[in-house]
Amino acid sequence: MTISPDAVILWRWGALHINATMAYTWAIMALLAGGSWLITRRLSSGPGISRWQNLLEVLVTGIRDQIREVSHQEPGRYLPFVGTLFLFIAMANLLTVVPGYHAPTGSLSTTTALALCVLVAVPVYGVAAEGVLGYLRKYTRPTVLMLPFNVIGELSRTLALAVRLYGNIMSGTVIVAILLGLAPLLFPIVMRLLGLLTGMIQAYIFAVLAMVYIASASAVGAPRRGQGGAADTKGEDNG
Amino acid sequence: MDSVSLIGMVSVITAGLTIAIGSLGPALGEGRAVAGALGAIAQQPDEAGTISRTLFVGLAMIESTAIYCFVVAMILIFANPFWDRVIAGG
Repeated sequence: MTISPDAVILWRWGALHINATMAYTWAIMALLAGGSWLITRRLSSGPGISRWQNLLEVLVTGIRDQIREVSHQEPGRYLPFVGTLFLFIAMANLLTVVPGYHAPTGSLSTTTALALCVLVAVPVYGVAAEGVLGYLRKYTRPTVLMLPFNVIGELSRTLALAVRLYGNIMSGTVIVAILLGLAPLLFPIVMRLLGLLTGMIQAYIFAVLAMVYIASASAVGAPRRGQGGAADTKGEDNG
Repeated sequence: MDSVSLIGMVSVITAGLTIAIGSLGPALGEGRAVAGALGAIAQQPDEAGTISRTLFVGLAMIESTAIYCFVVAMILIFANPFWDRVIAGG
């Protein structure tokens, strides 16, 4: 039994090989980018919009609302990164309904790459929000003694992000594989359904946690932090 | 007993113990979290959205402890480095 799609080699030429993780990641990227391009080619602001534009508007508005509720800040700056994370992971997990598909999120390589993106994005957004010194000073809060613990926490939560997503998706795959050997008639389908639900929740959680980490790094200097629902009524000008 | 069967036996037993003990704590913790969230929703139904979102995130954090144990158990059974070394060497 293969517990990682990294081991599934689809194409090999000399030392180069393309495994299922890479191939399906590219497929998802092509699907997301191509689908968005096809849909946004004919946008209309009139009363009659196409059903696909409606779908995209629901998605984007939903992600914006979630970001605004989680971070109490304007979502415009965070929408590209967090929204991409959510859409990619959600699409990767949902496509398991396609036969022969291996979810790239079931490979530790993919989830590590995503978690490293979050690790890099946190200081980038933090420095952009309050400058290099302001960001670095956060590591010495509440006292300088906490500096090593803050650094360790930064690294360990990255590890936790990667292993959480990987473990959830991989466990779904492994359980289905085990059940196929034990009771192949109906139970694997039920567990697949449960896996779809878990996949969506994990995509949501990954995005929310990334948002929480970024917001906590760029929050203190932001004036709207701590005013509760005041940010919810702000206009949507910088989208 | 030769080392291959010894490593296999220890790995299987440890994998079972890992997932058994490692799922106890998260199960208790998740039960407490869900009970607390349900009580909060019963008292303040208007805040159900915020509470359930926080609950989901918290549950995922708690659950990740069990997931770590599961990953370790899977590594012990399917990708055991010591097993691989002994098989390759012998």
